Amino acid sequence: MSESFTSGALVPQPATIPPPYPSAHSAPYWEGAKQGELRFQRCSACGHAEFDPSIICRRCGHRELVWERSAGNGTVYSWTVVWRPQQPSFVVPYAPAIVDLDEGYQMLANVVGCDVADLAVGLRVTVEFHPVSDGFVLPYFRPA
Amino acid sequence: MSTHPFRDVVIAGVFNARQARVLEGETSLSISIEAALGALDDAGLDVRDVDSITGSLASDLTFDLGLGPVWQSASALGVPAVVEAAAQIATGVSDVVLIVAGLAGVYTERASTAPWTRPNNEFVAPYGMFTAAEFALIARRHMHMYGTTAEQMATIAATIRNNGHVHPTAIYSGRGPFTADDILASRMVADPFHLLECAMTSEGGCALVLARADRVPDLRHRPVYVLGGSSDRIGPSYRHAPAWDLRGRDPDSPPNGLVGRRAAQRAFATAGLTPDDVDVLELYDPFSFEIIRQLEAFGFCGEGEGGDFVMDGTIGPGGRFPITTDGGLMSYSHGGQTSQLLQRVIRGVEQLRGACATMQVEGAEVALCSGGGAGALFNDVMLLGAERP
Repeated sequence: MSESFTSGALVPQPATIPPPYPSAHSAPYWEGAKQGELRFQRCSACGHAEFDPSIICRRCGHRELVWERSAGNGTVYSWTVVWRPQQPSFVVPYAPAIVDLDEGYQMLANVVGCDVADLAVGLRVTVEFHPVSDGFVLPYFRPA
Repeated sequence: MSTHPFRDVVIAGVFNARQARVLEGETSLSISIEAALGALDDAGLDVRDVDSITGSLASDLTFDLGLGPVWQSASALGVPAVVEAAAQIATGVSDVVLIVAGLAGVYTERASTAPWTRPNNEFVAPYGMFTAAEFALIARRHMHMYGTTAEQMATIAATIRNNGHVHPTAIYSGRGPFTADDILASRMVADPFHLLECAMTSEGGCALVLARADRVPDLRHRPVYVLGGSSDRIGPSYRHAPAWDLRGRDPDSPPNGLVGRRAAQRAFATAGLTPDDVDVLELYDPFSFEIIRQLEAFGFCGEGEGGDFVMDGTIGPGGRFPITTDGGLMSYSHGGQTSQLLQRVIRGVEQLRGACATMQVEGAEVALCSGGGAGALFNDVMLLGAERP
């Protein structure tokens, strides 16, 4: 193998990857993405920022969660680079990462718009959106 | 002095059916039947002795082996099934419990990772996640917090794969030996994991039989006892981002990065033992880093010390805490969704019987067996003993 596995351009996946299958509870999230909004829920009792979508506050148990819009800015909490794809429709390398959003929640997404060598815990990132099949739009993050 | 709850429970039979990358002509049911009959024979028992069964194909096995009427439980396979079987026997619900796992003919589309590694969750699947990437996110965080190195992780993979290299029926028997450099020279799968730091995918089956001691007066092998065991689960696998710091509502509970700590403490408390009493660690090895994490979570070293702990021969042959002595998921077998979970317990039993053809830990009296890992949000721990508790 001539690949070094230490460099490579990180770009969004082709639109042919399998689309997400929303539930009634997550539909507002995907509607937001189509409008270029990154959405999350906030507990109306304790203020906890909640993700992924829930029907109950995972911190205090309150049953009323309100959708809000995230500014889409955050920090890389952990990352990996995949060189053997989950299935053939994915193009390698790609970089799944856990992002700490500034609003106080974590989400998983892929980092794009940089080289593999640029990835680091603590990297500041901002959201951007790219279409996938069936009219869905997928949030990604790129270095801020 | 109070009586140990599992004093009258013995692990009477264990059996590994054939394991292979692909078991031509086998189905999950056929390999499960081979495993079930093998374990009963190992225990010197007949199908008519069984009054409880656990397994992914329990209904089919009950019918085809003519076990019925029996209790059929839906325990998570691996350590939980064994602990729950012991509890059934201890409480008089059942006398002879059969636990069976088997899988064949399921992983056929080889351009993708194995089906049980791929979640279909809407917040995970579109980002190309699979098991190796989930566990990589845990490893990377530990590297960031404590400076854990690629060489430390590769040393673990070399140790386990070398145990499998000398094991006569490991799928990767004879494939070594490996140095840490050999591990690091294999291609990257999900950074920081190289190919040889990942579990294989294979097919196979295995089974255990637990019984009330007076039901098996003429055991063919030295009996092995359940000293303690528990299970830590904090959510569905491969749905939520596997952050080190995930935890339940109790802010003082161990985070996901230390999942298994509560279970280990519980197991040691039931056994009346400490990590110093353990002779062999049959640790679950889906990926190299998970060994470091479990050693820290279970209390064999301090938090952040696992990387150094594995570097001085402690976990290798003749070391103080030999690990995963049959080659584990990396080299012995990862026979689908559940067999490999039970196989950690089976190897612990073999060690305490003193019956291992290779890598026998001389005089082993206490074995710790584990299953799961932080990338999957669960970890199970049990302690086995050669002496009746």
